[in-house]
Formats: sequence, C-alpha cells, structure tokens
Amino acid sequence: MKSFFRNCHLKARKASFPPSLALLWGGQATKSAPTTRQMLVKYFDTSVMVLFLFSQVVLKIIKHYQEEGQGSEVVQGVLLGLVVEDRLEITNCFPFPQHTEDDADFDEVQYQMEMMRSLRHVNIDHLHVGWYQSTYYGSFVSRALLDSQFSYQHAIEESVVLIYDPIKTAQGSLSLKAYRLTPKLMEICKEKDFTPEALKKANIGFEHMFEEVPIIIKNSHLINVLMWDLEDKSTVADKHELLNLSSSNHLEKSLQLLMDRVDDMSQDIVKYNTYSRNLSKQQQQKHQYLQRRTQENAQRQSRGEPPLPEEDISKMFKPPQPPPRMDTLLIAGQINNYCQNVKEFTSQNLGKLFMAEALQGHN
Amino acid sequence: GVRRRMLSSAPPLSTLAAGPYWPASGVSHLPPSADCQTPIRCYHQSSSFSKMSVYGPVVKIHPVVLASICDSYERRNEGASRVIGTLLGTVDKHSIEVTNCFSVPHNESEDEVAVDMEFAKNMYELHKRVSPTEVIIGWYATGFDITEHSVLIHEYYSREATNPIHLTMDTALQSGKMSIRAYVSAQMGVPGKTVGVMFTPLTVKYVYFDTERIGVDLLQRTRLLPSRTKGLTSDLSQVAGSAARVQDMLTTMLAYIDDVLSGKVAADNSVGRFLMDLVNKVPTISAEDFENMLNSNINDLLMVTYLSNLTQAQIALNEKLVLL
Repeated sequence: MKSFFRNCHLKARKASFPPSLALLWGGQATKSAPTTRQMLVKYFDTSVMVLFLFSQVVLKIIKHYQEEGQGSEVVQGVLLGLVVEDRLEITNCFPFPQHTEDDADFDEVQYQMEMMRSLRHVNIDHLHVGWYQSTYYGSFVSRALLDSQFSYQHAIEESVVLIYDPIKTAQGSLSLKAYRLTPKLMEICKEKDFTPEALKKANIGFEHMFEEVPIIIKNSHLINVLMWDLEDKSTVADKHELLNLSSSNHLEKSLQLLMDRVDDMSQDIVKYNTYSRNLSKQQQQKHQYLQRRTQENAQRQSRGEPPLPEEDISKMFKPPQPPPRMDTLLIAGQINNYCQNVKEFTSQNLGKLFMAEALQGHN
Repeated sequence: GVRRRMLSSAPPLSTLAAGPYWPASGVSHLPPSADCQTPIRCYHQSSSFSKMSVYGPVVKIHPVVLASICDSYERRNEGASRVIGTLLGTVDKHSIEVTNCFSVPHNESEDEVAVDMEFAKNMYELHKRVSPTEVIIGWYATGFDITEHSVLIHEYYSREATNPIHLTMDTALQSGKMSIRAYVSAQMGVPGKTVGVMFTPLTVKYVYFDTERIGVDLLQRTRLLPSRTKGLTSDLSQVAGSAARVQDMLTTMLAYIDDVLSGKVAADNSVGRFLMDLVNKVPTISAEDFENMLNSNINDLLMVTYLSNLTQAQIALNEKLVLL
C-alpha cells in the first residue's frame, strides 16, 4: 500500500500540446483509415458520447455559485479540456465576471484571452470546450442560451453547456447536466429561418432540441489519495438532506414557474391561431377575387370587350407575417424540463413518505 | 571566527521562547547572510505535531484549493520537483479562510530561485475581477519540508500581504500520507545580530459550504472503483442510496447494543443518552392523524405528477398539430 502511494506521484499527467489552429477553428486533420471515432459518429449521429469531468471542475463551479450567485442571477464560466477519442474530458474551468453596469468598458474577450494565456503557462489545458451556467429551478431553456451554445458549437463541434442546479444540489444530490444542440437544430440556427414551414420540413419537436451527454466523474490517483486523507481528517458529516421530508416550498416555486410558462405558451398559441385564421381567410379572399375576375372576363368576352388586365394578386393581398416558431419551441422545451424536474421531485418525495410511514408503523 | 561565535552563543531553541507566544518547537531557518558562509538550519519537529498549542489564526481550507494544488502538481514541468502558487481568500479576526488559489511558474535550482512575479500579479488582477472580496493571503508549495528558497519566496509574499501564511502539501507522499500544514512566519534571533525567520505552524481546519459538502460526498465515492469513475445518478436511486447508508449506521448501532446487552462491551452512559434521544426523535402521533397527514401529502404529490404528465402530453399534441 505504501509503495502504491509513493508511485502515485510519478504518474504525472503529461502537458497537453496546443492544438493547431486549423483544428480549433473547425478544420479536421486528414486521417487515412476510419478511426473508431468516425465510425461512432456515423452510427450515433453525435461525435461525443460521454463527458469526463474532473473533481476540481465540480468544486470550482460549486464555489463560484456560492460566492457570486445568491439570488436568481446566473453565473457563467468557461470550461477547458481536451477531446480524447470519443469522450470529452473537462479538466479545468474559470469563472466569468458578471455584467456590471459600472464596468462598461470591460472587455470580455480580452479577459478570456489573458486567462487562457496565463493558464497555458502553467500547463493547464487551454482548449475551449464549452461553458457552464447555473440555473434557477431548472429554467435555462432560453434564447440567450441557444444563441451562445450555437456560436460555441459552430466554432467547436464538441462543445457542451454544463448546467448546474444549486438549489437541487442543496437538497442532497449534485445536479450537473451537460447538453448539446442536436445537429437538426444546428441546421435551423444556421439558416436563421424560424418560419413554421422550415421547422415542419426539418421535423423538429421540442424533444429534439437538446441532447444530454452522460457525465462521469473521474479522478486521478493523487486526488484519490487526497479524498482518503480528507475523509480521515474531517468527516464529511452526513446530514442526509436528501431524506428531508419538507417539500412544499420547492414544489410551490416549481409550479409557479411552470404556470408562468404555460401562460406564455397559451399566448403564443393564440397568436399562431390568429395567424393561421388570417391566412385561411386571405386564401378564401384570393380565391373569391380570382373567381370574380374570371367571371367578369367571361362576361366581357361575351360582350366583345377586351378583358381586364391580370393584376398582380400578390400585391393586392399581402400575406400575413408568419410568427417565428422558435420561441414556441423554446417554451415547449422549457415546460418539458419543468415537468421532468417536478416528476423526479415527486417520485423522490413519495419514496420518503412511505419510509416515514414504515417508521411510524413500527412505533 | 564569526561562525564559531554564532554557534557557541546560539542559545538552544527552547530558551528563545521568551514570551508565551512561541511554541516549543518549529522549523526555523537563518537566511544566508553576509556573516556566515552557509546558512545554519535547525530542525525541530515534534512527533505530536497536531497537538501543539499554536499561536495565530486558524486556517480554514476549502477542498477546491486542495484539488487545484493536486492538479497543478500533476501538470508540473519536467524536472521541477515542486510547484508553488498564490493563495487567495478572506481574513477574519481569528481565522483565515482560503477559498481559491492559482499556480505560479517558477524555477528552482541549488542556489537560486526565480518566481514569475509578473504572472502572479496578472493572475491576481484577473481573479479579482470575478471575486473582488478575495485577497492574497499567502502562498503554497508542494513538498514535505520548508527549504531556504521558501524563505525568499515568503519574503516576496510578505510584500503583497500582511503576515502571509505558507501552506505545504506533501504530494510526494513522503510520510505515507498527504500531510497538509500551514505556517506563519515570525522573526527570531538575538536582536541586533542576524535575524532569522521561523515558521510557526497553525491549526488547519477543513470547511465546506453545504453544496460543497454534497459535491465532495459524491466525489469521494469514486475511490471505490478501480477505474476511479462514477456516474451521476438521479431520481429514486439517490433516495435509496441515502436510505441504505442510514440503514448501515443502524446495523452498526444494533450490533453495539447487542454487545452491551450480552455484556461483551461495557455500557457507556453518554452513548445511552444519545440512543434515547434518537428513539425519542421519531414523533409519537396518533395513528389517525398520521394517516391523514400522509394521505394528504401523497395526494398532493400524485396530483402534481398527474398535472405535469398532462402538460407534457398537451405540448406534445400541440407540436404534432402544428406540424400537420
């Protein structure tokens, strides 16, 4: 056992070589024979199967939220790591300062560049592989997130967004989820065409917007030793928050948010309904007008007069503007997310209630 | 001549503890001064390191700092035997809380040490943008001992912060364990003559935020598998896991109680009182009231589940209709 510990420190991790710029900007190094990764890509339609998360990233994200994000503000940061075969390893991260009013001339890009340059000096992987964000009761499906993730994924194919839910974590279990946009959604965002026809063509439903990447937490041997040491020195006293029975507060808030979203959704649906009604009315009017035209023309011909000129119908009946469907899609996705969270929460609570019953039964 | 005088007149370390402040032992160094050719080193390490009474604030460390130090040690340059870096945190009246750190590139050889101070300043500025409350409170180094170079580096850090602390972390596991120690420097020596620097140890405590504790709990479970990996579970399996742990604790307790009843172990009154507390914690409610409470809670939860399922079906339907 002792020799094992002594050899641990020799398993030092090799420094990562800076990737060539071509690879960074979406180019692909030429490969002669299809690698495992390429075959997996063809089969699964995604290039990254699994996410390896290192302990210090988890701890840093938790700490960042703890310090900065009290309240419903989101905290964000950048994830750094490497892509190894078919998995994405996230080895480090750094937080982003929040947008403050009094710091208008704060250059985000410069901050990021400087940070990455400095980290490269100390041999930390400086390849941008994604970003993280905290969320309030699971409400993160928004236009801003979509745009950011799209720009990230456009530049770097394998980037993910890591969503950290601090309130759920405080209830007893670490809640970290990684998402990427599906290729279908990427196509749509590239075209920037959010009309109903385009979405119909692509056959996108709210379930096909994001795909979740499974997360696995990985530790090096040295961190393992550290964990054993910590356990020894300071017992992480089990408080068992997970077995807490009080649920009404959390449930109320979640349902409140759900109701707001459903209201938004119904407004959106009303808008869409008026649009389709207007459209069909217009179709009818066009049809009637054409009919009258042909009738008149027939009458004129019978009387021997020249027919009326064909007027441009499209100029007379301007088609109504189709409402953009992207917002509806996002709202639907958000509602779906809320429902999932609520269901998970209720199933856990039901289990706890039955346990309490068992305890009381024996009394 | 000078050196011999110093050696003969240097009093033993115990008598230097003139005031009530200095502990009986510590690690001390005299800097390479113009008078001596080689620095005089005195090592006094008591075996009961942790039981010493210490002067100075308590150092509270968050686990994120330790994980970062481990990581930067693993990524050190070829040939470097240790890593150093800056510690950031907050200072309180009686305690210093270390919440963040970053590593600083440095070169160390037999006779000289070079630290990239520009880099350290830059990084500190960047970090200050994100968390303006953190200040430089000291520095860390991996390794078991304090070397002469540490004294010089410590001097530099005393310029940055008042009374900086020095944290050592034995990543090379020389003593078979990863010992984490903190020191603060104090002047020592005979006034008027060469003054030395002594590093007095401080008590180290590990503190966690609530969410940090839960995170560390999950991270610790990776120790058990040979591949050192752990997936994140969700839903009822988490509750099951937590319940299983409570059950384990209960079995241990029952085993102890059996032993006491059969006379194998002597009964301890304080433990008995704790057990009494535990049993009394289960509230005695009349069966009817409990039934009512249970049923109303279950009904609430079932209704919410039903409603959310309904909502999901509704939006799915809406999607299909739009795509028609």
